Amino acid sequence: MSAQPRDTGLDGAALDAALASVWSARPGLLGWFTTVDHKAIGRRYIATAFLFLALGGVLALLMRWQLAQPEGRLLGPDRFNQIFTMHGATMMFLFAVPVMEAVGVYLVPLMVGTRNIAFPRLNAFSYWVYLFGGALLWIAFLLDMGPDVGWFAYVPLSGPQYAPGKRADIWAQMITFTEIAALAVAVEIVVTVFKQRAPGMSLDRMPLFVWAMLVTSFVVILAMPAVVLASTALILDRLVGTQFFNPAAGGDVLLWQHLFWFFGHPEVYIIFIPAVGMVSTILSTFCRRPIFGYTAMVLALVSIGLLAFGLWVHHMFTTGLPRLGESFFTASSMAIAVPSGLQIFCWLATLWGARPRMAVPMLYVLAFLFTFVLGGMTGVMVASVPLDTQLHDSYFVVAHFHYVLIGGAVFPLLGAIHYWFPKLSGRMMSERLGRWAWGLVFGGFNLVFFPMHILGLWGMPRRVYTYQPELPWAGLNLFSSLSAALLALGFLLFFWNAWRSARKGEMAGPDPWGAPTLEWATASPPPPWNFSRIPVVESVSPLWDAPGELKVATGLRLDRRELVLTSVMAAEPEARDSSPQDSIWPFLAAIVTSVMLIWSIFSPWAVVWGSIPVVAALILWFWPRGTPEDES
Amino acid sequence: MKARIVADLSELPISGPRGSSPTWWGNLAFMLIEGTGFALAVAVYLYLATVVATWPPAPPPELAAGSGVALVLLLSLIPNFLLSRWAKAQDLRRVRLGLLVMIGVNVLPLALRVLEFGAFHVRWDESAYGSIVWVLLGLHTTHLLADLVETMVLAVLMFTRHADNPRRYGDVEDEVAYWYFIVATWMPVYACLYWVPRL
Repeated sequence: MSAQPRDTGLDGAALDAALASVWSARPGLLGWFTTVDHKAIGRRYIATAFLFLALGGVLALLMRWQLAQPEGRLLGPDRFNQIFTMHGATMMFLFAVPVMEAVGVYLVPLMVGTRNIAFPRLNAFSYWVYLFGGALLWIAFLLDMGPDVGWFAYVPLSGPQYAPGKRADIWAQMITFTEIAALAVAVEIVVTVFKQRAPGMSLDRMPLFVWAMLVTSFVVILAMPAVVLASTALILDRLVGTQFFNPAAGGDVLLWQHLFWFFGHPEVYIIFIPAVGMVSTILSTFCRRPIFGYTAMVLALVSIGLLAFGLWVHHMFTTGLPRLGESFFTASSMAIAVPSGLQIFCWLATLWGARPRMAVPMLYVLAFLFTFVLGGMTGVMVASVPLDTQLHDSYFVVAHFHYVLIGGAVFPLLGAIHYWFPKLSGRMMSERLGRWAWGLVFGGFNLVFFPMHILGLWGMPRRVYTYQPELPWAGLNLFSSLSAALLALGFLLFFWNAWRSARKGEMAGPDPWGAPTLEWATASPPPPWNFSRIPVVESVSPLWDAPGELKVATGLRLDRRELVLTSVMAAEPEARDSSPQDSIWPFLAAIVTSVMLIWSIFSPWAVVWGSIPVVAALILWFWPRGTPEDES
Repeated sequence: MKARIVADLSELPISGPRGSSPTWWGNLAFMLIEGTGFALAVAVYLYLATVVATWPPAPPPELAAGSGVALVLLLSLIPNFLLSRWAKAQDLRRVRLGLLVMIGVNVLPLALRVLEFGAFHVRWDESAYGSIVWVLLGLHTTHLLADLVETMVLAVLMFTRHADNPRRYGDVEDEVAYWYFIVATWMPVYACLYWVPRL
């Protein structure tokens, strides 16, 4: 045992060279397919999610073009159905949830001061499954097989009787792909947060973004099985003739809505909770003070996570459910405004008298506060059953949820990208381009979506592919469509800024913002091993405790990928565990899993025969290789 | 940034107690996912029972096969418990024996399960009742099958050069915990499928 090389006594270049020899990915294409570095996977995940954002955005522009004037002729009804379904499905399943988890994949290990995410091979597998699921949906769309049943795929419209062909199955199986990927990441984040925090980082010293990702991961774990069960039942109804949703054989169509929204409502919080973690992080850094009411913020996050499961029926107020049930869900829908409001007051108290530095990330936080409060207000409005009955399925609802989702999640995300871009790429994003993009996105967004409130109040229903000239909707629709060009220009500028800055941006250095959390204690971008020595934490803002100095631990091995396990509550060191080496098997396992899932759209026997290669791949993935990582 | 060394971790063990291992926690998280799946499937069963006038629309299931599975699973807790003790003691010979026994224990409920599908007198495509019965049985059967493969792979592994390693004994303990989970999930599913129709 004494022959094992340790980091004790080594310093600087010698230490980094030793760490590089065990942690670096193989060079070339093979390295690209085999790496299990959470930063490489996280970057890929983020880039892919933004690609899907752009694709979903193009679909939105096509819809705006079609609706710009009455009796538009750009899209027919069938294509329009596919496009609004693809827009919703892409934005929710391929962009919003994955991008939030992806930011977590990249940042959580860095923020808790460890060297890789827990189960890094599962992490690689998750990315490939997500990519193949997204490709399935989009290739099907390009082949005119895109789902046309809405992102929620209500039965009976999506059932065997009204949706012949394979379009609805493509939707349902895309769900399986993305849920496998999301659940895998949720488990990794929970275990990383529980077991791999830096020594001393007790739960009450955890950064708020890490808290947010922890709560989100639990919401994912408890919510996503509902949609997996629902989509599996739908596929079974369509493929082998089960009768779950057929009222003639004892089934029930509302069962679908219950299962879907038991997942679908928490889904909103799966997107929103990470975003508030980002807001708290950015606000604290740019106000140069710890966030006001840390404990209250944590409790608010946890209670939002819990209340998220008590709201689903408010999507079903017009389905004729019992009055008492509706009243309960009205009350719970209003109750969630309490922890949300609490957070907003904590942010305002943090801002109070702080003279915040108005860089682009901070501008997005302000845009978030303004827009999200508006979206929250209309949320309280539609939580009321009588008003919801009037506004249901109208453009008012379209306006409401875009205010909540874009204001509540995309603005913080764009701020977060600007904020953490140095950590992702080593370079700063251009402040000038960033301000222009911010103005166009924020202004454009409000000009596009605010009129939709009025259109909804004037009776314009959702999901119509066109409308007659006699109706009073043409003016506001044209205004909204023209404004969409501004919004699109803003996003184009953002993408251009990111692309250009990644190549020519100003070099950032480890901590360009003077931020307090651990990810800024290492180089930008961090080396494959994240930290040359594992940090030791004594407060919630470790980098503000003693500027220029980082407390660290020593004594780790250098002949294998090693990290520190700590206790769940107090983060006391428990063991020096290994972290798995790179492997091609996650990639190969994702390929055979994808073959099985796509095949099973066409034949139930795919599950039998297709699972054989999956099992083989998993065995080869887990079979020990006798490396130092396997020692214990 | 200047690093100031404040702790020496070289004396830490290279694998902690079970509760400190990431795989133990990962196992628990996957049980939470699958447990939620089971709970929702039972909820679907109960929901469907409320939307039709007579439940079940077929004769109540015959009790023998399902109760047999419940009995076998309950008895399997004994060898499973012994296996966990042997794994904790890192007794390779007994662990090998225990895994082989557990393979046998695993095959038995699978054999009975074949009879169970017949005991309900309903096909999956006849009614929503048939659909949820087959899905609940199928969900649990998938767990039994997955666990059988896992136990077999572990058993083979314990006869190779990789066997005598605390990490492997940890794997065996995780497998033991997973079997507890499979037994625990069957009890509410069994109660739901066989006894709710008799209420």
